[in-house]
Amino acid sequence: MKFTLSWLKDHLETDATLEQIARLTAIGLEVEDVDDKAAFKPFVIAKVVSAEKHPQADKLRVLMVDTGTGAPIQVVCGAPNARAGLVGAFAAPGAYVPGIDVTLAVGTIRGVESRGMMCSEKELQMSDSHDGIIDLPDDAPVGTSFAAYAGLDDPMIEINLTPNRPDCTSIYGIARDLAASGLGTLKAALQPSFKIEGDTKTKVKLDLGEDSHLCPGFALRLVRGVRNGPSPKWMQQRLLAIGLRPINALVDVTNYMTFDQGRPLHVFDAAKVKGNLTVRRAVEGEKVLALDTREYTLSPANVVIADEDGIESIGGIMGGEHSGCDENTIDVLIESALWDPMNIAKSGRALGIITDARYRFERGADPEYMVPGIERATQLIVDICGGTAAKTDVVGYAGYTAKIVDFPVSEVKRLTGLEVGSEEAISILKGLGFGVEGTGERVSVSVPSWRPDVDGKADLVEEVMRIHGVDNIKPEPIESLGAVNGKILTTLQIRTRLAKRSLAARGMLEAVTWSFISKAQAELFGGGAAALSLANPIAADMSDMRPSLLPGLLTAAQRNADKGFGDVAIFEVSGTYENDTLSGQRRVAGGIRRGTASLAGAGRSWSNAAKGGGKPVDVFDAKADAIAVLEACGVPMGNVQFEAGGPSWYHPGRSGTIKLGPKTILGTFGEFHPKVLEALDVSGALCGFEVYVDAMPEPKKKATRTKPALELSPFQAVKRDFAFVVDKSVEAGAILKAASSADLQTGHRRQRLRYFRRRLRRRRQKSVAIEVVIQPADRTLTDEDF
Amino acid sequence: MHDTFFFNPDEKGERKVLRTHTSPVRIRTMEAQKPPIRIIIPGKTYRQDSDATHSPMFHQVEGLVVDTKSNVANMRWILEEFCKTFFEVDDVTMRFRPSFFPFTEPSFEVDIQCDRSSGPIVKFGEGTDWMEILGCGMVHPNVLRAGGLDPDVYQGFAWGMGLDRIAMLKYGMPDLRNFFDADVRWMSHYGFRPLDMPTLFGGLSA
Repeated sequence: MKFTLSWLKDHLETDATLEQIARLTAIGLEVEDVDDKAAFKPFVIAKVVSAEKHPQADKLRVLMVDTGTGAPIQVVCGAPNARAGLVGAFAAPGAYVPGIDVTLAVGTIRGVESRGMMCSEKELQMSDSHDGIIDLPDDAPVGTSFAAYAGLDDPMIEINLTPNRPDCTSIYGIARDLAASGLGTLKAALQPSFKIEGDTKTKVKLDLGEDSHLCPGFALRLVRGVRNGPSPKWMQQRLLAIGLRPINALVDVTNYMTFDQGRPLHVFDAAKVKGNLTVRRAVEGEKVLALDTREYTLSPANVVIADEDGIESIGGIMGGEHSGCDENTIDVLIESALWDPMNIAKSGRALGIITDARYRFERGADPEYMVPGIERATQLIVDICGGTAAKTDVVGYAGYTAKIVDFPVSEVKRLTGLEVGSEEAISILKGLGFGVEGTGERVSVSVPSWRPDVDGKADLVEEVMRIHGVDNIKPEPIESLGAVNGKILTTLQIRTRLAKRSLAARGMLEAVTWSFISKAQAELFGGGAAALSLANPIAADMSDMRPSLLPGLLTAAQRNADKGFGDVAIFEVSGTYENDTLSGQRRVAGGIRRGTASLAGAGRSWSNAAKGGGKPVDVFDAKADAIAVLEACGVPMGNVQFEAGGPSWYHPGRSGTIKLGPKTILGTFGEFHPKVLEALDVSGALCGFEVYVDAMPEPKKKATRTKPALELSPFQAVKRDFAFVVDKSVEAGAILKAASSADLQTGHRRQRLRYFRRRLRRRRQKSVAIEVVIQPADRTLTDEDF
Repeated sequence: MHDTFFFNPDEKGERKVLRTHTSPVRIRTMEAQKPPIRIIIPGKTYRQDSDATHSPMFHQVEGLVVDTKSNVANMRWILEEFCKTFFEVDDVTMRFRPSFFPFTEPSFEVDIQCDRSSGPIVKFGEGTDWMEILGCGMVHPNVLRAGGLDPDVYQGFAWGMGLDRIAMLKYGMPDLRNFFDADVRWMSHYGFRPLDMPTLFGGLSA
């Protein structure tokens, strides 16, 4: 919402400076931009004393210009209208000319020095006119500010309105807010003073059946015998200043009223309206050529104003081209109506029309100003275009019933901490136009017709607070709850953090990748269900909720490899989506390693081999990462089982599944299936894992944190290696399990088992070596014991 | 909202959406837990929008306090303390502007005074510019009622901000879209050391 200072002062009696008016921000009308028009300061009115042909160029003239101070100044000028005696706008060297984005300097044009410039309207961004330099009347005062003379020095203010304030879509409403905040006095509205003769012959019928709320009021007035030419200069200047293009006086009046009073109006050329007007829903497929010269196809969702020939206007949004007013208009019909905000918003959005009328009606125009608005507009039209006003015809308007709010003034203190006395609160509310019944602590407040946003006590608190001043609220520490918070986070939140820290500590970088991936990628990883496909994805490759973190991480690794960073280890701990229910959203820790990015370090085998690094990553790197997450999260590792093989996207022979009991799957790991990598367009040595953080069992609640007594054996532990040649199908895990349960009868406790494995050359068998640590409890073991 | 991501209608004709803000957690918390409530809600959010400062996926953090006393003055204190701590400056000047949000009344937008004269690097605690960093307000009586609480007895405040946005401001990151690109150079440059853990006693960054 833009306005100029002089326009504001039409409604506000004030000595306030521009800086003080920027106080609007503090009362909730955020100042977006202030243009003090300082850019126009360098331009002064000057008179061309003489104009001679340039000695070197036919189209240039050498002017001597009187700027009101000192001797005439020499200027080279190419404008066709440059002549002796012309009075125009002069810019001296050093001035910035906005229209051509140039700071002037003393120049030499074809050998003749030029010490400034006579400007065109385009150069001053007043219009697009570049036919010649500005040509002012002879009596324009030479040496004075051109901007002041032309009315261009009026500062412009732009505010950013929140959608709840339709009352401030008008300059009058802004003035009312400022006056209430103590920045001046609101001027009384002008009373209409024109004669009324005869009736408005064109009648209006509201034909909306039970949906009369779509048009809760319609006022129409005929003005006969107008002369519609350009609007007066003051009006044009104001409209231009806020970015509107003057069209003709009748149209300009409607635009002026839209901003001055927040009252959108429409004018019909009465000669082009056939018969009476009907407000109705459009028929499916009905077309209208609107004022923006575009044709719109309407539906019954749109409310229109039609005559016998068809639609003349899309109600509250945009008029029709057919009955629009032009310079030939003699009789004009002025419409001032009320429309349903929701319907206007929906219609406007569906049709893709953004207008100043829609902007106001979808926020809610003041119903009580519908009739005064048409009076004020009539006054402007009669004053500017002449003509005779007929009686206004008003249909459908039931009047305004004010909402009444029971308001204990102490609510201000309760909600904001501000100490505002009852008297001040009442005076603020009255200043904003609220009716206040009663005095003292509890009053009854009636809400004015222009404030549809105010419903209850909290809204009134806001009104009092913003006018009294938010800056007066001093920060106050929040009261302690009187106890130290114990465990604030949930187990899942704690484990998420632990998983991240443990993986980061293993040299992996934490990534955050998109929750949505392409359908093809989702399908490769068991997803792609219709219920998880977005109806309106932002891009085709971001269409499906991911069933796994791996496709996003794998393609990310490839992007890095394509840029020359092939050895990457990245992880993410985030959500995946098995289905569209609450339990289908999993919390997963997933990661991948590519190239030689193992825990021991990436690099060349010959430089890093001693530390075990430099080798392409494999299934065991991924397994170790998965185990690290489980251990960090406190999963009882003794009960965890590892099974060969994993889901279809893993390599069938180089993958595993981590389980807790027969049912709970804690995670999967492995190298990837070559076909999956090919489908993802990903290559290189790759391994990865996913651990389901949400599948880990809650830690058992313990009554006490006391640990079991620690028994330290005084006898030495013994280590022995055993090698077995077994059938290839025997899993190493099974041997470990057997070994760890074997020695229980002897009363010796196993402490630690490790195994080494080497494939035998023979096809069906392999050799498995295990290291056994035996901790005796009652005596030192001898060779005989083994 | 027009920038909401929708799923296709199910057999009942209902369409699920991706949340555009983290606010639903407020209602769920009020339904599940009696006051006093003091929570913060960080989370992923989605809007159909993409440019240097908008991403179809981003993160918000919201806060909610509900009890029988907490007011705008307390909210100012919390948010000022937060900004000092988060931006790691000794002092901040904040401006609370009355504004409008559907779920709070009164509502505010909050600007922080800063110096933007040196391009994308914003300095807080100095300068003459204002930068909007968050929205907040007193919980709307209708929201309290929806949470089963009497607005004449209970009151409180809520705030919300873009997590990625305040990170961009603090660390001078120019483009939001890079956050989700998993470029190792970006992650190494803007990332933190694995055990650099913020604590109340050790400060935010070591």
